Amino acid sequence: MTDHVAPAADVIAHIPRGPIARFRRALMRSEALSGYTMLSPTLLLLILVMALPIVLLVVFSFWTQNYTDIDKTFTLANHIKFFERSAYPYLLGKSVLISSSVTLITVLLAYPMAYFIAFRVTKHKLIWLILITVPFWTSYLLRVFAWKIILGYNGVINSGLIEIGLIAEPLAFLLYNPFAVVLTLAHAWAAFAILPIYVSLEKIDRSLLEAATDLGDGRLKRFIRITLPLSMPGLIAASMLVFIPTVGDYVTPNLVGGTSGTMIGNVIQSLFGRGNNWPFGAALSIITMITITAMICLFLWGTRSFRRRVA
Amino acid sequence: MSSVSSKQGSRFGALGVYAVIYLAFIYIPVMFLPLFSFNDSIFIAFPLKGFTLEWYRQLANSEGMLDALYNSIKLGCVVSVLATLLGTFAAKAVTRYRIPGRGPVITFIMLPLVIPGIIMGIALLVIANMSGVGLSLFTIGLGHLMVSTPFAMLVMVSRLEGFDKNLEEASKDLGDNPWATFRRVTFPLALPGIVASLLLSFTISFDEFILAFFLAGTETTLPVYIWGQLRFPTQLPTVLALGACILMISFVVVTFAEWYRRRGVQLKTNSGV
Repeated sequence: MTDHVAPAADVIAHIPRGPIARFRRALMRSEALSGYTMLSPTLLLLILVMALPIVLLVVFSFWTQNYTDIDKTFTLANHIKFFERSAYPYLLGKSVLISSSVTLITVLLAYPMAYFIAFRVTKHKLIWLILITVPFWTSYLLRVFAWKIILGYNGVINSGLIEIGLIAEPLAFLLYNPFAVVLTLAHAWAAFAILPIYVSLEKIDRSLLEAATDLGDGRLKRFIRITLPLSMPGLIAASMLVFIPTVGDYVTPNLVGGTSGTMIGNVIQSLFGRGNNWPFGAALSIITMITITAMICLFLWGTRSFRRRVA
Repeated sequence: MSSVSSKQGSRFGALGVYAVIYLAFIYIPVMFLPLFSFNDSIFIAFPLKGFTLEWYRQLANSEGMLDALYNSIKLGCVVSVLATLLGTFAAKAVTRYRIPGRGPVITFIMLPLVIPGIIMGIALLVIANMSGVGLSLFTIGLGHLMVSTPFAMLVMVSRLEGFDKNLEEASKDLGDNPWATFRRVTFPLALPGIVASLLLSFTISFDEFILAFFLAGTETTLPVYIWGQLRFPTQLPTVLALGACILMISFVVVTFAEWYRRRGVQLKTNSGV
């Protein structure tokens, strides 16, 4: 037997494997090729309309503006200006603080809701999902504007409370402060937090929960040891989806923030509008983006070490 | 399942109450827009003064509003068709083909979802300015296409993942050419996703404000028009009427899109998104 096998193996070893292998490689390559052909319009669009503008914005931040002319000599003047005037770092810090509060509140409020839909709703899941998704798509501007008319000096709350005789004078502290910004943002971004958390909860293998119960875990212990760690990806995604856009938000601080609720987005906008200093505005945007990225990295590192400790 | 579901009855209560309060928190603030849009007073305050359609009448006669509405609809139609086309191809590529670098590519396409709108707005403003492309509906459209394509792709990916790849192969094996396979198998199965993607991309473009705010030339969109009107207190009731209309249209369109899309997905996998 071995005599017969040996030559056979020898022959196979010497068969020009080229054609099959080459065919297989070509097939693989063509699959990759067709894949990328189908992706190419999207990739091209995003390179031209997203990546290129961002790169240009970075370049722009190293230039300076002389009245109406752009001086294209490379300089760090804009970045130095940011750190020299304490007002700018302060404003960025405040924006990060406001966004962090909003993220924390939104995620904490969203978790029980997502948990409810994932584990408690059995019959009309579709209706619940639609109910929480719909606000996600409706006008952000109008959702923020609603709070302006609710919290205003002559707004819904004040006029309502006066009407029923609870207060005599309108409460001036409702609108135009950082708390109004936090409240409005927490409301406007609520839907963004529920979905990712819901998806991660829905994915949890129910038999794991059963196993934990069978092994004597109580509800709380089971939640902390199984449900919470397994829903971490959703929690992380939700936090990022809320935190990143809110740091640079412009609409909410403009409508309900007043002077004390001003955020970095308002300054960036004014530099491209009335302030008319585009390169400095570009530098401010880039510094904001770097800060956001750094915060996200810190957050991911923190949650990873937390997960490791739980595991 | 038994240990989990047996507790369901007892714990539905507290969480259920919370869920209802949460929904109220999401929906009630927005309801004040339609409520006061029918109120017969220039001031947005209690007590309500009586029912009127005056603000809607003024709205219908506002030429600026009608122009902006027309622009927004035109833009939304073009953006939704293009975004759905791009999103469908991209979704098909990542679900049906083994391609190297799949992860990074998906991350790259999803980036517009996490870049703050204001930064994208000024970045596009800067490039439009430097390349000499004047600001117009076209520049807004490019911005809207960029933000709606990832959503279109997400919708299509969840749809394409939901149906069996073997159906397409079977059609191929039975002698259909690629076009026939597409027409008779892929397209009908992907249709709910396509419809949902069209409607959702339209809504994104229709409601988007920040990019349009930075990229608008002489022609504005509806949200930019509203923003301009917010400065005039006497215009507020009309803005409320407009807001109520927009909310209602968005609500109906999105509810239909989500229902249509999730109904199909749920039959297969019992999990949404």
